[in-house]
Amino acid sequence: MILIKNVRLVDAAGERGPADVLIGEGRVLSLEGGKAQRVVDGTGCFLAPGFLDLHAHLREPGEEVKEDLASGLLAAVRGGYTDVVSMPNTKPPVDTPEAVRALREKAAALGLARLHPAAALTLGQEGRHLAPAGLLQEAGAVLLTDDGRTNEDASLLALGLVQAAPLGLPVAVHAEDASLRRGGVMNDGLLADRLGLPGNPPEAEAARIARDLEVLRYALRRSPARPHLHVQHLSTRRGLELIREAKRQGLPVTAEATPHHLTLTEEAWASLDPLFKVAPPLRSKEDQEALLEGLLDGTLDAIATDHAPHTQAEKEMDLLRAPFGIPSLEVAFPLLYTELHLKRGLPLPRLVELFTDGPRRVLGLTPLRLEVGAEASLVLLSPKERPVDPKAFASKARFSPWAGWVLGGWPVLTLVEGRVVYEALK
Amino acid sequence: MRHLLDFQGWSRAQVESLLDTARVMREVLERPVKKVPALQGFTVATVFFEPSTRTRISFELAARRMSADVVSFAAATSSLQKGESYKDTLLTLEAMGVDAYVIRADAAGVPHQATRWVKGAIINGGDGRRAHPTQALLDAYTLLEALGGLEGKKVAIVGDILHSRVARSNAELLSLLGAEVVCAGPPSLLPQALPGARLTPSLEEALEEADAVMVLRLQKERMEAGLIHLEDYIARYQVTAKRLKRAKPQAPLLHPGPMNRDVELEGTLADSERSLVNRQVQNGVAVRMAVLYHLLVGREGA
Ligand SMILES: [Zn+2]
Repeated sequence: MILIKNVRLVDAAGERGPADVLIGEGRVLSLEGGKAQRVVDGTGCFLAPGFLDLHAHLREPGEEVKEDLASGLLAAVRGGYTDVVSMPNTKPPVDTPEAVRALREKAAALGLARLHPAAALTLGQEGRHLAPAGLLQEAGAVLLTDDGRTNEDASLLALGLVQAAPLGLPVAVHAEDASLRRGGVMNDGLLADRLGLPGNPPEAEAARIARDLEVLRYALRRSPARPHLHVQHLSTRRGLELIREAKRQGLPVTAEATPHHLTLTEEAWASLDPLFKVAPPLRSKEDQEALLEGLLDGTLDAIATDHAPHTQAEKEMDLLRAPFGIPSLEVAFPLLYTELHLKRGLPLPRLVELFTDGPRRVLGLTPLRLEVGAEASLVLLSPKERPVDPKAFASKARFSPWAGWVLGGWPVLTLVEGRVVYEALK
Repeated sequence: MRHLLDFQGWSRAQVESLLDTARVMREVLERPVKKVPALQGFTVATVFFEPSTRTRISFELAARRMSADVVSFAAATSSLQKGESYKDTLLTLEAMGVDAYVIRADAAGVPHQATRWVKGAIINGGDGRRAHPTQALLDAYTLLEALGGLEGKKVAIVGDILHSRVARSNAELLSLLGAEVVCAGPPSLLPQALPGARLTPSLEEALEEADAVMVLRLQKERMEAGLIHLEDYIARYQVTAKRLKRAKPQAPLLHPGPMNRDVELEGTLADSERSLVNRQVQNGVAVRMAVLYHLLVGREGA
C-alpha cells in the first residue's frame, strides 16, 4: 500500500484535490487517505493517469545498438508512460504473430511500461502483400502500420483498412507523398533554398492525406465493419485542415502530433545540426501554430513521441546521410507541460488527455479516471524545474534538441498497476 | 574571424582587408621565388570528403607558398557510409597537430559541424550546394581587377542556380561589396529566393547592361533527374557571343570550371580575351593564401 498525500489530481475530466490517494491491490482504494506502509508527500505535485505513447521506435529486434526493450521501456517509465506502442519497422519488421508474442513476453518480463506492439500492415513492410491481420491481433498487436515507409499502393491500403476493421485495429499511416518528397531532408522553402538542401514540401503531406481520406471513404463503402484510419505525426497546417474537415463529415479518422513538431520549427536548421533532422521535417511557425489549434479544437487526438533513437555516430553524420529521428520519451511531458501549458495556456486537463485518454481512444481503450476503483497506473508529476540533460537519459540515444532547456512537470513516480516502476523522489 | 564558413557575420571592411592581403599575395606569386615564411610552423590539412582535385591543389599550393606543412586526407563517400565518421577523421588530424582544416563535402553544413569538434581554424572548401566562399572571394578579386570596383556594377550569374554553391556564395559576397547580382536560369533550376540576388528565368534580362557575366557549370545529373532537357537548355540559356551583345561592351566572362564547352558557354567565347577563366585560377591561389594568413596569423587583424 502506498499513500500519496496532499496531491492535486488531473485527468481528462479536470483538476481537483488536493487528495490523499491510497493505492493497493493494483487499484486506487481511496482518495481520502488510509493506512499505508509507504507515504509519499505529494504537496505541490499533481497525479495523472499513466501516459500511453502511440508511436515509439524501440529498435528491438535488430538494432539493439540504438535501443532495446529494456532501455526503451525504462526511458518510457521515466517519462511517465505506463503503456507504449512500439513501431514495427525493426530488422526484421514485426509482421508475424510469433514476433508480436516474443516482444510482449520479453517486455512483460522486464516489468517496466506495458508494451503494445504495432504490427506491419504489409509483409516485410514492403507494400506488396497484406500481413496476417487476424493472427497478429490474436497475438496482441494493437495497431497496423508500415510507419517508416509510405503506403504507395492505395488499393492495398484500402484492403488493409477493410481487413483490420472487424478486428478493431486502426491502420496508422505515415502520410507523405514519396514522389513529391523526393530526397528532401528539411522543410521545403526559403531556408532550404538558402542552405541549398533538398526540401520536403508540406504539400507532400497534404497530398497524401487527401488521398488516404479518399481511400478511407472507399474502404468504408466496401466494409461491413467501420475501418479506422490514424494519421501519424501530423506536421502541416494544410494536413490538419484536411483532417478537421474529414472529422466534421464524420469520417473515422484520428491523428497525432509529436513533441518536436509542437516545439521546434525549421528555423532550427540554421544551426546545420543533424540533431534536428526528422521525418516529416520540422515545419514553419505557421504550421506549428496550426498544430496548437488542432490540440485545442480536438482535430488532434493524441501527442505521440515518435521516439526515434539512433547512435551518436549516426547523428554526427552530415545533413544528407544522418538518419531521421529524435529520442523524446523522457522529455515529452515536461516539454509540453512547460511550452504548451505554462507558456501557451493549453489547459492542463487537455494536455493530460492528449497523453492518456486521447491515445487510448485511438486504440479503442476505456478512459482513465482518478477515482476509487480505478487501475493504479499513475504518474506523479513535479512542477520543479530542471534543465534537460541528455547524458542522463535511460535511452541509449543520449542526444536531444532540447538539451539545456529548463522544464518543469517532470515525472517523479510512475506506477504500473500499483507497482512502482520508476521513482525520483528526494 | 576564427573560421571561413560563409560570409554571414562578415563586414564589408573585413572582406576588403582580406582582398587587400590577396593583392600582396598576388605579388608574391609573381616573384621568381614564390615563397614567404609567413606560415612556417603551421600545419594545414585539406580534408576532402568530396573529390575536387583543382580546389585541393589550389589550397595546398597556397599553404606551401607560405611555408606551411600540408597534409591531405581524401575519403570516398562510400567509406563514410560504412561508418567512418567525419568526426573521427578530424579528431585524428587534430591529434597530429593540425592548425587549419580545409573541408570539402557533398553535404551542406559539414564545415559548421567540424567547428564543434576540433579547435583549429575551419575553411569551407565547398559544402554541398550551400557555400563555396573561397571561390566567391577569388571571383570578387578577379572582378575587382577587371572592373576597378564593384559598387553599383551589375553581375549576371547564369545557369543552374538552385544547385550551385558558387551562385549562393557569390550572391552573398558580391552584394556585400556593393554589386547588383542578377541570377538567371531555367525555372526548374531556380530557387524561390537567394539572399543578395535578384532571380529571373530570363537570360536576356540578366545580361542586359551587365558589367560582368558568370557562367555556371551544368551538371549532367540535372538532365538525368529530368529537371532540364539539354537541347532546350542550350537553345535558351547557353551564353553565346550573340546574346552577350546585350551586356556592356567587353564585359568579362567568368566560369568556376571545369567547363562544358558548347553547353553552358559557347566554346569560342571560352577562349576569347573576355574570358577570365585562367585569371580566376591564378587568383585562387593568392586568395587562399590570404584566407589562411588571416585565419592563422592575423586573427585579430581583420
Ligand atoms: Zn513515420
